[in-house]
Amino acid sequence: MKILTCPMNGPRNIDEFQSFGPMREAPDPEVASDADWARYLFQAENQPGVVVEWWRHVPSNYFFLAERDIVTNRVLRTFDPGEAE
Amino acid sequence: MPLRLLKYGLSRRYPVRGDLPPTPDLRPAYDVVIVGGGGHGLACAYYLSRYHGIRSVAVLEKGWLAGGNTARNTTTIRSNYITPEGIAFYREGVQLFEEMSRELDFNVMFSQRGQLTLAHSEATLRSFHLRAEMGRHLGTRIEVVDTKGVEALAPLLHMDYGGALEIVGGLWHADGGTARHDAVAWGYASQAARRGVELHQRTEVLAFERVGERIGAVLTNRGRIGCGNVLIACGGMNYPVALKAGVELPIRNFPLQAMVTQPLKPFLHNLVSSVSLHTYLVQTDRGEVVIGGGSDPYQLYSTRSTLDMKEHLAAGAVHLFPFLKSVQLTRQWAGITDMTPDYSPIMGASPVENLWLDCGWGTWGFKATPVAGKRMAETIATGRVPAILKPFALARFGSFRLLNEMGATAASH
Repeated sequence: MKILTCPMNGPRNIDEFQSFGPMREAPDPEVASDADWARYLFQAENQPGVVVEWWRHVPSNYFFLAERDIVTNRVLRTFDPGEAE
Repeated sequence: MPLRLLKYGLSRRYPVRGDLPPTPDLRPAYDVVIVGGGGHGLACAYYLSRYHGIRSVAVLEKGWLAGGNTARNTTTIRSNYITPEGIAFYREGVQLFEEMSRELDFNVMFSQRGQLTLAHSEATLRSFHLRAEMGRHLGTRIEVVDTKGVEALAPLLHMDYGGALEIVGGLWHADGGTARHDAVAWGYASQAARRGVELHQRTEVLAFERVGERIGAVLTNRGRIGCGNVLIACGGMNYPVALKAGVELPIRNFPLQAMVTQPLKPFLHNLVSSVSLHTYLVQTDRGEVVIGGGSDPYQLYSTRSTLDMKEHLAAGAVHLFPFLKSVQLTRQWAGITDMTPDYSPIMGASPVENLWLDCGWGTWGFKATPVAGKRMAETIATGRVPAILKPFALARFGSFRLLNEMGATAASH
């Protein structure tokens, strides 16, 4: 069993969570071009190394961010989106 | 007979030359450099050398030949997709498998025993009707069957009548089958090598040297090589390798796990797949039951296995065939799949002039080994993308012309 530490619910089985993939910068709808939208929709961080990604704790429907190494699968830290710099 | 055998044993023709030559020294330049020594790269090398007269070809493989996803897939061959573009492409793949053993003079053990996909709900059955109509329109053998039809095709299947996962019908695809994955790769490799293609194992690409809009040279751990054209066909490593050439692909990597049981008497004569259970089974000619299913639930570059996924696969398999509950698992494995947003591959041109892509093969690459190899060879040899590949261009994402095959890719949705 792999444990993920939820910032709100504490350490839980990773089965209780749903991955929403790497964080992406939403384009400004006023100025975004088609290419910007395509990039936002289809392109995601996938370089071997640390990725910042969205997760949801399903039973409590709480969304948070995690820094995870997508090669070693080590979670470096999890935090509430409000704490993001 | 014994005398002939003895004579052969003492003759110059013995020991038999292996199918594959040892890795030679790198030459300073090649007409075509193929990054990735898996099924797709080897198939492309074969078609280039046999049908296009291009024999100055180097296949670069970081590890050993066909040791990545070519060795880790569950060998399903089928063309029961949803989009006309997808069906036309995979149909050609199935046709090439039908001829492959003869073409390569190598027994790839192609077994066209048909694939049965199960529906546990009316909604799934409706989507099967769409797939059947589309497939028939494009000349593939596919039909929707009722419960009686399912029972006839897989008599030992647990139908779960009245249960939560009651089987209400199926999609029968008579063109479906399997082939021996290693044999496919070795067949292409040996035939390509016989025509002068160089297979460089333990040769890792470190960087690409850009000269204007082109790749001028490929830098490897064994030295620098000049190149006319470059093909990227390295499965789970497509994203980082393309990035070295400055091309960012819309790909995310996920592990895909599978496992196999102890050998049993033959009881399953076709491929059985359940959309709702995310599980599929096939019995090999050795009697083992290969069990596969959906990808891991989050992004990862790893071939590790997890108990969660194995439990999930086992639960699905035991639900369909309850007597498998006491059967032992003998092996488990995983591959790194390069998933695209629309569950279709990325083939053809890249933003770099002489760099070609055979990427985004996610969980659906093995069945396309011959057709991707053949059509990418044609692309590289002529410098033009053939009509059958055009819909799979990287540029489709920029123009929002996606080819949604999510519903037909039972391995992940």
